[in-house]
Amino acid sequence: MSDRVDETASASRLGLARIRELLGVAIPPALVALGIILLWYGITHFVLEPDRRFLLPPPHEIVQEGILDGEVLAEILGGLYRTAMVAGLGLVIAFALGFSMALVMSQAKWIERSLYPWAVVCQTVPILALVPLLGFWFGFGLMSRVTVCVIIALFPIIINSLTGLQGADPRLHDLLTLHNAGRWTRALKLQVPAARPLIFTGLRTSAGLSVIGAIVGDFFFGRGQPGLGILLDRYSRRLRSEELLAAVIAACLLGVVAFWIFGVLGRRAVGHWDPSWADEKKN
Amino acid sequence: MALDPVIAFAEVTKSFGSIDALDPIRLTIRKGEFVSLVGPSGCGKSTVLRLGSGLIEPTEGTVSRTSDNVGYIFQEPTLMPWRTVEQNVTFLGELDGMSRQEARRRADEVLSLVGLEEFRHHYPLALSGGMKMRTSIARSLLLDPDLFLFDEPFGALDQISRARLNAELCALFSERRFAALFVTHSVDEAVFLASRLLVMSKRPGRLVAEFEIPYPFPRQPEIRYEPEFAVLAGQVAAALAEAS
Ligand SMILES: Nc1ncnc2c1ncn2[C@@H]1O[C@H](COP(=O)(O)OP(=O)(O)O)[C@@H](O)[C@H]1O
Ligand SMILES: [Mg+2]
Repeated sequence: MSDRVDETASASRLGLARIRELLGVAIPPALVALGIILLWYGITHFVLEPDRRFLLPPPHEIVQEGILDGEVLAEILGGLYRTAMVAGLGLVIAFALGFSMALVMSQAKWIERSLYPWAVVCQTVPILALVPLLGFWFGFGLMSRVTVCVIIALFPIIINSLTGLQGADPRLHDLLTLHNAGRWTRALKLQVPAARPLIFTGLRTSAGLSVIGAIVGDFFFGRGQPGLGILLDRYSRRLRSEELLAAVIAACLLGVVAFWIFGVLGRRAVGHWDPSWADEKKN
Repeated sequence: MALDPVIAFAEVTKSFGSIDALDPIRLTIRKGEFVSLVGPSGCGKSTVLRLGSGLIEPTEGTVSRTSDNVGYIFQEPTLMPWRTVEQNVTFLGELDGMSRQEARRRADEVLSLVGLEEFRHHYPLALSGGMKMRTSIARSLLLDPDLFLFDEPFGALDQISRARLNAELCALFSERRFAALFVTHSVDEAVFLASRLLVMSKRPGRLVAEFEIPYPFPRQPEIRYEPEFAVLAGQVAAALAEAS
């Protein structure tokens, strides 16, 4: 009995410690946010003359007109949803493609040498230059938007997966060789498990990039049902700075959430054995 | 009882490009023999082990083994960090197509042999250097190898863990009587473990001296402090100094 009492006591102590830890993580950034909001009000009221105040309306007006106004909110949430779908789909395809490429490249030097330059090309291609061409080929709908995401998100996935797949301990490779492991066993039991931490690092980077791709694509294709990109364009043309800032905040939130999701997934998947993912604060 | 040869090097040489790593090596190890190999760093000790395991082929000469069941213990524990202690230990069983129950059963046995039953569900991240090395040895023990090759396995450990693992390995050998080739930098460790001790010259490596270590197995750690032990270790150290 007394054991159990001790346990609950220590559990609640643990709970307290946990809460304290969370506060420690949450409070400093919250203070920064508070500082930024104060600075913002300061700029709106003391730096900008009244006739230029529309350039940076005070935060409460953004809340009023961008979030509390049902129509605008519905428009922004709709755009957020469509952009998130495009980014998500793009990321899934980029992962399937990028990981397969990395797996194939990790199997032989000559394959790596043949494919690597093309991976670099997709990293360095100015995506805006491709936009008209993609519209031309795939139309101005979902397909072109997703393609932009894939092109932008592909490289970090390839390069991180490849580094991970090639980074397995050479002595473990020796151990598998001694036990006559084939290529398939080697990939499945050694290379892929060893690569998981870097695969998640790549996914986390690419998730953010895919969001950017979805917004940029939407912005430039400019047709079809509006995502965040079209909304940003529309609000800025109409000088609706409250709505514009609300849409910007929505876009930032989407990027942060994408980053955060893969942080949590990575920590869940490999945090118990990989030191770089074990450190909670970094993720 | 030391009769059947388990591995034999017949005039084996190895060159890497223009570098001759080994002069012809002639060496036979029998079942129940524990051979320690000491030599200056870079003289080709690891190369001898890799040749013995079949990881690399000799440039000249032949390496013949009567068994393919070889345990290789690397300089580092070389565990898979994503597997628990138990999963690391059953790994070679998985590779060799052992049934899951059989691998589990043997893992129980070897984990208790190395004193890690309580840590079976821990990840290597949470283990000390000594425990990791025990796990590494347990992993090889799972298949009950006829030949053990050790490449400076305890070099990274502190003196106390090292002495303990020496004693444990010696007890293990006394019980199982496999054949062993044990590379080390430590003269003391080499003498304590070996039934026979070889000294290798600097590159290209050549076997320049051989010592019989007469202590019977099992051995107590205290033999290290006996005068005869000191005399033997002194002779080995002198031969090693001359070879370097
Ligand atoms: N794969 C290799 N390619 C080229 N040279 C090698 C290779 N492996 C070993 N050597 C060379 O062979 C010599 C012996 O190496 P090694 O057996 O590792 O020595 P030791 O284990 O005694 O320190 C060294 O000079 C080393 O540089
Ligand atoms: Mg070596």
